[in-house]
Amino acid sequence: MNILQQIGQEEIARVTEGKAIPDFRPGDTVKVNYKVVEGDRQRIQAFEGVCIARKNAGIASAFTVRKIASGEGVERIFPLYSPNVDSIEVIRQGRVRRAKLYYLRGLRGRKARISERRRTVKPT
Amino acid sequence: MARRTGLIGRKLGMTRLFGESGTHIPVTVVDVGGNFVVAKREAATDGYSAVQVGFGAAKPKNVSQPMRGHFAKAEVEPTQRLKEFRVSDDAIVDVGAELSAAHFLEGQLVDVTGVTIGKGFAGAMKRHGFGGLRASHGVSVSHRSHGSTGQNQDPGKVFKGKKMAGHMGARQRTTQHLEVVRVDEARGLLMIKGAIPGSEGGIVYVKDAIRRPTPKDAPMPAAIKSNAAQAAAATSSEPAAPEGGEA
Repeated sequence: MNILQQIGQEEIARVTEGKAIPDFRPGDTVKVNYKVVEGDRQRIQAFEGVCIARKNAGIASAFTVRKIASGEGVERIFPLYSPNVDSIEVIRQGRVRRAKLYYLRGLRGRKARISERRRTVKPT
Repeated sequence: MARRTGLIGRKLGMTRLFGESGTHIPVTVVDVGGNFVVAKREAATDGYSAVQVGFGAAKPKNVSQPMRGHFAKAEVEPTQRLKEFRVSDDAIVDVGAELSAAHFLEGQLVDVTGVTIGKGFAGAMKRHGFGGLRASHGVSVSHRSHGSTGQNQDPGKVFKGKKMAGHMGARQRTTQHLEVVRVDEARGLLMIKGAIPGSEGGIVYVKDAIRRPTPKDAPMPAAIKSNAAQAAAATSSEPAAPEGGEA
């Protein structure tokens, strides 16, 4: 591990202190509780949808969540270790055969369904 | 105003840190471990005040005999790089001292000098941001050319300094007013906000920002590493060379 990775790991340890990040994969339905600052008030906003991609890059890791909001597809990219990500809940585990589910962008309704993954490979 | 010495460092690369409110802070990590004072210049003897700092362990076999003598005089290990930093008279550091990363404070602004990444022979678009020629409407072959370079028979020449294609990069450049986000004294690392000149592994010089006031609680004349040297510096001006040399 080089010094940059070491610094990243330390920073991850620092920002995730007292916080558990669940195991989740592309295809899983997750609910991200994100801190939003409105003026001087802070509240938590939930964003629930399918995780369609994960980027594993140490401290710069991120994941993309896609949902259909009022008929329009919405995607948000969250930094995995951002202090603004209050918590992540795994709602449903999906079975997919791709790491990046970008093909979902072209599909709607029944075609965009993901079948459930019954066996959890890595119990959390 | 007191002008302190700078440090020589090695650019390790960039990463990010998270700020208080969840903001991302892009930082460049600079290794400043092993900065030794090899010589000093004083106004009385040399006509100016400066501190010569060495950085980066060098194999003795790669150091010439005269340079080995120079390092032996200071009782420090031979280093790859030597650099004189001009300082004010009250900021001269004793020879042999090892400078620590704590020389810079978190939150202070610094200037970082390095040699930019060489781009080779670059065209006018890349080198000067020219727009190039059109993609269609009869333009043939020369889509990235610079176009006209001047007028006609009068003046009948291309003016000097005309921006054209040529060698780009690999020049010494200084980026000013960069914030020191974090100082890791134990590992000798500085984390400086933003990008700094040069490639990863390149040598950079870190100095107090010249156009901004130096913080009042910055260590004067410099942050010295070994405890023995610190004690010696506090009590007298006796150089604590052996400790600094072996560290």
